[in-house]
Amino acid sequence: MKLTLKVWRQQEAGASGRFATYDVDGVTPDMSFLETLDLLNENLLARGEAPVAFESDCREGICGSCGFLINGVAHGGRPGTTVCQLSMRFFEDGDVLTLEPWRARAFQVIRDLIVERSAFDRIVQAGGFISVPVGSARDGNAILVQKESADTAFDAAACIGCGACVAACPNASAMLFTAAKLMHLNTLPQGQPQHHLRTLDMIAAMQNEHFGSCTNHGECEAVCPKGIPMEFIGSMNHDLITAMFRRRRERPPAPDVGKQPYHEIEETGSRSRNK
Amino acid sequence: MSAMLDGGIPSGPIEQKWGRCRFEMMLVNPSNRRKHSIIVVGAGLAGAAASASLGQQGYHVRCFSFHDSPRRAHSIAAQGGINAAKNYRNDGDSTFRLFYDTIKGGDYRSREANVYRLAEVSVNIIDQCVAQGVPFAREYGGLLDTRSFGGVQVSRTFYARGQTGQQLLLGAYQALEEQVGTGTVTMHTRSELLDIVIVDGKARGIVTRDLVSGRVSSHAADVVVLATGGYSNVFYLSTNAKASNCTAIWRAHRRGAFFANPCFTQIHPTCIPLSSEHQSKLTLMSESLRNDGRVWVPLKRGDKRPPNDIPESERDYFLERRYPSFGNLVPRDVASRATKEVCDEGRGVGPSGLGVYLDFAAAIARMSREQVDEKYGNLFDIYEKITGEDAHAVPMRIYPAPHYTMGGLWVDYHLMSTIPGLFVAGEANFSDHGANRLGASALMQGLADGYFILPYTIPDYIASNHLAAIDTSHPAFAAAEADVAERVRRLVGIRGKRSPDSIHRELGKTMWDLCGMSRSDQSLRRALAKVPELREEFWNDLRIVGSGEELNQTLEKAGRIADFLELAELMCIDALDRTESCGGHFRVESQTSEGDAVRDDEHFSFVSAWEWKGQNAPPELHKEPLAFEYVHFAPRSYK
Ligand SMILES: Cc1cc2nc3c(=O)[nH]c(=O)nc-3n(C[C@H](O)[C@H](O)[C@H](O)COP(=O)(O)OP(=O)(O)OC[C@H]3O[C@@H](n4cnc5c(N)ncnc54)[C@H](O)[C@@H]3O)c2cc1C
Ligand code: SF4
Ligand code: FES
Repeated sequence: MKLTLKVWRQQEAGASGRFATYDVDGVTPDMSFLETLDLLNENLLARGEAPVAFESDCREGICGSCGFLINGVAHGGRPGTTVCQLSMRFFEDGDVLTLEPWRARAFQVIRDLIVERSAFDRIVQAGGFISVPVGSARDGNAILVQKESADTAFDAAACIGCGACVAACPNASAMLFTAAKLMHLNTLPQGQPQHHLRTLDMIAAMQNEHFGSCTNHGECEAVCPKGIPMEFIGSMNHDLITAMFRRRRERPPAPDVGKQPYHEIEETGSRSRNK
Repeated sequence: MSAMLDGGIPSGPIEQKWGRCRFEMMLVNPSNRRKHSIIVVGAGLAGAAASASLGQQGYHVRCFSFHDSPRRAHSIAAQGGINAAKNYRNDGDSTFRLFYDTIKGGDYRSREANVYRLAEVSVNIIDQCVAQGVPFAREYGGLLDTRSFGGVQVSRTFYARGQTGQQLLLGAYQALEEQVGTGTVTMHTRSELLDIVIVDGKARGIVTRDLVSGRVSSHAADVVVLATGGYSNVFYLSTNAKASNCTAIWRAHRRGAFFANPCFTQIHPTCIPLSSEHQSKLTLMSESLRNDGRVWVPLKRGDKRPPNDIPESERDYFLERRYPSFGNLVPRDVASRATKEVCDEGRGVGPSGLGVYLDFAAAIARMSREQVDEKYGNLFDIYEKITGEDAHAVPMRIYPAPHYTMGGLWVDYHLMSTIPGLFVAGEANFSDHGANRLGASALMQGLADGYFILPYTIPDYIASNHLAAIDTSHPAFAAAEADVAERVRRLVGIRGKRSPDSIHRELGKTMWDLCGMSRSDQSLRRALAKVPELREEFWNDLRIVGSGEELNQTLEKAGRIADFLELAELMCIDALDRTESCGGHFRVESQTSEGDAVRDDEHFSFVSAWEWKGQNAPPELHKEPLAFEYVHFAPRSYK
């Protein structure tokens, strides 16, 4: 089959971009969407034009590298599918498709379809972990974990950090991503000691990264390739309220210079993790 | 030729070697640690674990990855599980048994002392990961669940659905990010190592290229660790992530690190067969599927009936038939070769005839569809996404694909290469799997290296060597930077006609056909003629559009392929030299009348470590003899 692709081309961060239109012939139903882009790039290279830059690595839906909008929908809109898993058998000869990078203030476009998602790493740095120096752990079976909790933690931990939730959200909010990490760690018994600090710190970090707030559109859940549910955001909000209440009753630890907590949390003076 | 290499194995009984070695190693005072800098290249399981652990100890760590985040490393894709000798099942497992299975599984081509240590620390890995919050599968009583995995008869594999690698990597990534947050580790993402810098015979730094701006820069340190993964992508089509490559270890090899057993590559039996000429990679179906799936082909060749129309009596469950005691669970190399044989006989299935069935009908009848889904649901989903077929209703089709490389940079017991100060961890080294790796053992090894071995051996190196303070103003850095910049200029300047991918595909096909699942004197000699021709073509006819001073993915690929084109030749040289069959290395000249591999312990019980002698000179072979004191040579039989 033959497709027409309108692809966002942008040389580098800050440069202005534009759509370029390309026809790709010889696409077969057993190809994947990224293999179609590979084919386009081979053609471009043969013509002496710069190939379209896009990210991918595992090409099996697990690394979270890939992702762009196809006709405005993150990952192309098939349930539970990243764009690298998207098969061409779902497209038809003559289709015209528009490909754009994630659009969000926190995700700068660095070339064509590639955006910078390091904001997610910074959210994790703020508290997305359980502090356990190597060598200090007890026997794995000394901690009993209810199967239900293990399963819920797993469902949340399945997030691949692709950023589709942010791209789909009209406010470019990172709530679903952050909620997934919190749900993973806050659900497990091992995660309890840092439960409140983690909640406050990660939410503060998220607020610092130019992500918008959540107004319950639900677009994030609809495009999430790993089926992370919106209800995790509800749990996160609940955790936040409990954490703010608990922390207020404690003596405020010294604030951590160098990090800028968001205003509400600043009042409670949390950021003691490094002390 | 052939100076003998010494792995520096500690003396004493095998159970005491690591303990004694740890005690004898020198320590660095906590207040001095911050003054020592360590570069870790790679943020997969091995690299992230090492960076986090060394950061926790207080060293000044800089971690480099070409990915945009450590969480993208190829380790994320591991599915099946991780081994540990916990014996939670009371089914006869022990450190010794895991050690024994690994030596035997590796076909007696690994070091006993290393493997024993791996088995010993395996239990600590599970503890560490559980404490970090890795959501391993649990039973209703709240205890950790395990399953059995290819090639062994105990249930020692811990797993997190079909995404064990993802969960373990997230654990290590989170520990790493915690250290980044506290400032002990600095993370350099989108930075690709393109050379190692040696000063006074020691590894003292690296040269990297920033993949966004194209800027080439140097970084100095006391120690350099490479944890850069394996080189299966030399075959172009493999189960590895697209960007996995050999550049870091190959650049180190060219600077003096010996390359061990390059021909030991693992072909995994259960992958989705190739379906289109544009296919860019192969997808693994976890080997855990062989626990409940039955492998078969039609008895008659050329039988094109749909699988469900073929009656039981006309099916050949060839693994169960040939290997009654292990059945579908024989190790990977054995299963892959048996699969290839039935396909070569013309009994393969699917459009290309390169496939066999993996059938769950019996498992669904025995358990229930729900129970089967609980174990394998996500794998059935992956299969359906790719092939459009429902494996509950029709058997899956599978075929072997390149998957893992046992070969890698030679390291001693401390995981140090032949370049002092250059340590190598994870799949990038050759250390523990001999000629064949058992399922669920790579994750174990990567984490063992990163969490439990390097954090001892690196401080010992720092404490026992006088490391003069240097920075990147040392002329060795300028020289290495100039080399890198020159190479980038040369690649961009070829201005020929062929795309990097087209050459890579051709290289991959050559290696798969001539140095793949079976190898012969003749095939290897043909490969040795072909690879240099391809290299010639690459350097004369490559096309890259754009420059080195921008984000340029074609250039990135080209640099990696240039290194694969050199490594491929060394793989063939090594395969030609080793005239025995062992593990994943099957020489057609060395087999029984029934087609089983024949090892030659008398002549080949050694590690082949190759030294680079320059572009136009043949590499020199060094041998490290392997002695087996605890596990005695026996033909590896799974009958
Ligand atoms: C599909 C699949 C399934 C698997 N399943 C299992 C399983 O169930 N059990 C098991 O035990 N094993 C499994 N394995 C094997 C296992 O996943 C790998 O061997 C292991 O994860 C390798 O880890 P690593 O840390 O050595 O390297 P990797 O995870 O490959 O990490 C390499 C790192 O190095 C960086 N890097 C590489 N080169 C450079 C460079 N030049 N400059 C800068 N950075 C660089 C990369 O960015 C990356 O961060 C599987 C493998 C595959 C392909
Ligand atoms: S929550 Fe879903 S959409 Fe958002 S980053 Fe995670 S996997 Fe991607
Ligand atoms: S390339 Fe890894 S998720 Fe798509």
